[in-house]
Amino acid sequence: MEIKRFLKDICEAPGISGYEEYVAKIVRAAFCSHVDEARQDRMGNVVFLKKGSGSAKRRPRILLAAHMDEIGLMVTKIEEGGFLRFSAVGGIDPRTVVGQEVILYGREKLSGVIGVKPPHLTPADELGKGHKMEDLHIDIALTEERVKKLVSVGDLALIRRELIQLAGNTVAAKAMDDRAGVAVLLSCLQELERLRHAADVYAVATVQEEVGVRGAAMVTYGIVPDIGIAVDVTHGEMPGVLEHEACKLGNGPGITVGPNIHPKISEEIIRVAKEYRLPYQLEAYPGPTGTDARAIQVTRGGIPTGLLSIPLRYMHTSVELLDMDDLKLSGRLLAYFIAGVDLAFVEGLSCS
Amino acid sequence: MFLKRLSEASGVSGDEGEVRSLLKAELALHVEEVATDALGNLYFKKGIGRKPRVMVAAHMDEVGLMVVGYEKSGLLRVVKVGSIDDRVLVSKIVAIGKDRIPGVIGAKAVHLQKPNERTKAIDINNLYIDLGVRSQEEAEKLVKIGEYGTFTATVREAGDNCLIGKAFDNRAGCAVLAELLKEEFELELDAVFTVQEEVGLRGAGVAAYSLHPDFALVIETTAAADVVGTKEPAYVTKLGDGPALTLMDSTYIAPQQIVDLVVETAEKQAIPYQFRRLTTAGTDAGVISQTHAGILSAVISIPCRYIHSPASIINLDDWQNTLRLARGILNAIAEGGLLLEGTS
Repeated sequence: MEIKRFLKDICEAPGISGYEEYVAKIVRAAFCSHVDEARQDRMGNVVFLKKGSGSAKRRPRILLAAHMDEIGLMVTKIEEGGFLRFSAVGGIDPRTVVGQEVILYGREKLSGVIGVKPPHLTPADELGKGHKMEDLHIDIALTEERVKKLVSVGDLALIRRELIQLAGNTVAAKAMDDRAGVAVLLSCLQELERLRHAADVYAVATVQEEVGVRGAAMVTYGIVPDIGIAVDVTHGEMPGVLEHEACKLGNGPGITVGPNIHPKISEEIIRVAKEYRLPYQLEAYPGPTGTDARAIQVTRGGIPTGLLSIPLRYMHTSVELLDMDDLKLSGRLLAYFIAGVDLAFVEGLSCS
Repeated sequence: MFLKRLSEASGVSGDEGEVRSLLKAELALHVEEVATDALGNLYFKKGIGRKPRVMVAAHMDEVGLMVVGYEKSGLLRVVKVGSIDDRVLVSKIVAIGKDRIPGVIGAKAVHLQKPNERTKAIDINNLYIDLGVRSQEEAEKLVKIGEYGTFTATVREAGDNCLIGKAFDNRAGCAVLAELLKEEFELELDAVFTVQEEVGLRGAGVAAYSLHPDFALVIETTAAADVVGTKEPAYVTKLGDGPALTLMDSTYIAPQQIVDLVVETAEKQAIPYQFRRLTTAGTDAGVISQTHAGILSAVISIPCRYIHSPASIINLDDWQNTLRLARGILNAIAEGGLLLEGTS
């Protein structure tokens, strides 16, 4: 399947943390022709196995994790007049949801908008302030009576957004964090078709990353990989963001170094990138990262972990923007890294 | 639905050409005369030579953005055209210029913000449009300084006979006027789709000067603030309660005989109506009524929630009732319902 088409499909699909089933189905359909086994665990993680060519007795096991859940909104109260109060699932800046169209997943799919008290009724000193989540409401233009029949507290809502093609290979959508990572896994599996790899590859679309990297922890425990690689997004350069906090779009994936990352894994990924002349950027992060790598590393007795990131601007807004080239480069780099992993490499990962 | 096409068209104040073309194509066959003027106002005449001569005006411009500069990185600096709350701009998709070059208005990731940053509104000076280009040179090839940007929004049905979309102010009014032009009235109907209302009622004055009508009816879209967190006296209008008659705003006061005529027309025909309960802001009637030695004018409006945002809501019953009321007013005037100079 063409990667951009797949990315569009999964980004536009609903899949708030804890409710990833719809996305999981699309992922499963797209991945199944590239893998030997597919299963879903109790939490909802979708696990694919592509077997390696190594000896059946002992093959290295590599876990690739990209989370398929996204941030979203949850109804907390039905107000008089049928207006809905909501809270965030995951980290949402309330200022980015004002004036958005939403899809509300009630008893049926409902169209609505996120409204706020109008500006002419807002004191001048308040106009300079950012809206708080509690000031906002979802308006589905129905009477209170009908709203109560169709919607209940706990129902979910998402900003309505189709993937948009921008200049060159740049695209923007909601939920690129981290459906772009899921697309990298697909791209990697496609690359692996034409490569020989000794290791068994467990590609996993994980759940509940945005609410505390939960899915990855469970799935890693079950698989017990020799190596765990998380694929996520990282901040792209933009005004107001310090240069060292961000990666440049189109310059290849970020390779993270720091305590969350096993140095031999980052070194090997960098070596592979150099060997195949694939562009990359170094990302130094001084502690546990806000990705699945955080959970993978401390599972069971400790897992050697790596992190590959796609540069992305405007993270956690509905216009998350990235360059498709970075996706392809990430998939390729990951595949070449996997192809180079043998038993000797994984046995050398214990710290001396 | 013609309203859908009108709403989705780009037509920021000063750049109304796309809306003008749509209206011309839709209406040319229904009228006796089509004309435009130096500012871009679009005129359609029907029943030429009849008395009285009635001007019906709806502005076709919308609020939007204008490109004013480039960053080295290729990001675009923009200013607002008309009144937009900066806070609705964040995290939206826009289309720029005739080629509708798409761009997004981003915001710094929530992860990278300091707590005190989050409490402040992100103002226009800290927002920009991202075309997905790498450099100023690339941006310059796609977009020129001075080009206009509009929100990208598809009209969508929602709730109880409502529509979600952008620019209902005042394409909803334009759609009412377009319907009127397909009907027959016993008077000279001088319809004008005006320009530049949102930047200071600029087009309507010129049009009223040229037409010098006996009476002017302005069809508008106005705020409905009937939402949670607002108390009823501050609603301005209520969605679903019918067209709103303006009694007074910052630019105009309705003469008593106009109020009587509109109220009587609505009540006789059992058309729901309401008064616009806000005395600020203005409409084209502000300038029309003060053109020449004064032109008797009325304003009726379609209520609209979240007006001047990319996701506003109107009720189609209100739209239909605005059409009925406008039709009723024209018929009442044709029957001599107003004391107009030189027509008795």
